[in-house]
Amino acid sequence: MSQEQLIQIRDLVKTKLLKLCQLLGAATLGFFQSTGAFAFFTIRSVSHCIRPPFYMSQFIRQFIDIGYYCLPVVGLTALFSGMVLALQSYSGFSRFSAEGAIATVVVLSMTRELGPVMAGLMVAGRIGASIAAELGTMRVTEQIDALTTLSTNPIKYLVVPRIVAGTAMLPALVLLADIIGVFGGFLVSVYRLDFNAANYVDQTWRYLENMDVISGLVKASAFGFIVTLMGCYFGFNSKGGAQGVGAATTNAVVSSSILILISNYLLTGLFFAK
Amino acid sequence: MTNTVPKIELKNVRKAFGGKKVLNGVDVSVEKGQSLVIIGGSGTGKSVTLKCILGILEADSGSIKIDGNETRTLQGRKRDVLLDEFGMLFQGAALFDSLPVWKNVSFKLMQARRMPAKEAKDIAVHKLSQVGLGADVADLFPAELSGGMQKRVSLARAIAADPKIIFFDEPTTGLDPIMADVINDLIVKCVHTLGATAVSITHDMASARKIADRIAMIYQGQIIWNGKKEDIDHSGNEYVDQFINGRAEGPIQMQVLKH
Ligand SMILES: Nc1ncnc2c1ncn2[C@@H]1O[C@H](COP(=O)(O)OP(=O)(O)O)[C@@H](O)[C@H]1O
Ligand SMILES: [Mg+2]
Repeated sequence: MSQEQLIQIRDLVKTKLLKLCQLLGAATLGFFQSTGAFAFFTIRSVSHCIRPPFYMSQFIRQFIDIGYYCLPVVGLTALFSGMVLALQSYSGFSRFSAEGAIATVVVLSMTRELGPVMAGLMVAGRIGASIAAELGTMRVTEQIDALTTLSTNPIKYLVVPRIVAGTAMLPALVLLADIIGVFGGFLVSVYRLDFNAANYVDQTWRYLENMDVISGLVKASAFGFIVTLMGCYFGFNSKGGAQGVGAATTNAVVSSSILILISNYLLTGLFFAK
Repeated sequence: MTNTVPKIELKNVRKAFGGKKVLNGVDVSVEKGQSLVIIGGSGTGKSVTLKCILGILEADSGSIKIDGNETRTLQGRKRDVLLDEFGMLFQGAALFDSLPVWKNVSFKLMQARRMPAKEAKDIAVHKLSQVGLGADVADLFPAELSGGMQKRVSLARAIAADPKIIFFDEPTTGLDPIMADVINDLIVKCVHTLGATAVSITHDMASARKIADRIAMIYQGQIIWNGKKEDIDHSGNEYVDQFINGRAEGPIQMQVLKH
């Protein structure tokens, strides 16, 4: 190779590297910028949760939306999760003759894990998406700006009721999901696997501790907060037209699902670490 | 000339989004009770100017005075108190689609001023009649109305709390000429009855001539001409001439032609 070619290659590598560094720099900067914006939004929203005025009619609407309209989908998911748990643990546990533990496995899995996580993910799909779409549309049609000019703080009017309702209603939903899930396991065990009903109920209660249920409800509350916050954040900051609203909806569901799974691990570690 | 403090005074207001400079030093002022119309092409920063005054967007630098008080960086309670004096008609009406018309119109009265529903509804119906809409419209939802009716409801909402300063962002865009003229008349009438100071944005010259006391033209983020409406036809400014006569040729080159 000639000297000239070498120099050419060196220059090419130099410019490519520089480009790469620029890209990396921009991405890092963007990351910190959006993390900062998100943190600021969270702090602002939470601080408005404890300062009047409160918009009662908005609270009622959100409580109904999240509590009542999520019941069918959460209940159905819980029922089938409980049923599958019973079937799976039966086929697994019978290999070492531990069928007696099924009731315990069902109730512990439901209350500690499946209840909150399943409900959280379902609510993310149902409520997180609809919050992001609704607020996103309000943003791009200037309805959020209009609130400001009508002397109404959009965070107080739109965000606070949703976050409060999510954080308060998810535990209620999950408590119900727990009961329905355990009932599903009971149905399969008694009617399909021929367990004795009284024995099964007895087994269910025997090893269940308060902490199992409480930890699940605390998780539920955290997930409710995450789902509504992400929905509000992405909706509030959506840009452009229909496409922007679509992107906001996707981002809200994906990010809240991921955050649910990560925080689920962290919370489990916190509650049940040795 | 008066030597009173202008109601609204902007000095060297700048605003950029990322690297994109939208306002490059806007200077304009409006006397109390006057009606200023800002004309200019699409995307030249007319709406951004209004949003900076309202504080929906925070200007990067410069001075925005209302009644002689600096307001550019006001936040929280002080901003709320200031905004209480304002009314705004948005470009796309921006009605709340989850609320019936009367709750839209009386929104500020009910939510911010805690007025009881019955009293608020009476006022809403009265304000609707001022913009030529019957009481039967009050219980409809915004989605059930035509574009012209939505603009009128939005106008009723903007004047419902008797603002001292009122902004109109492209009030006639997207309406047929007759409905546009109806809206223009309503704006003139409402501003007159309220005795309010008005700033309107438009690129519809017929509308500008009807609403304005003074006209200012914005181009590339700056006010390039500003004067009485009677003077606009002999402004001696070739940008203004090109704009008011709607010519493709002239000093203003559209972005599409450049590439
Ligand atoms: N929130 C925003 N974020 C980024 N860019 C914006 C925002 N608002 C307006 N712009 C940009 O500023 C420019 C001026 O917008 P605008 O004031 O709405 O124009 P117009 O004079 O037609 O009302 C446009 O190019 C627009 O893309
Ligand atoms: Mg505009």
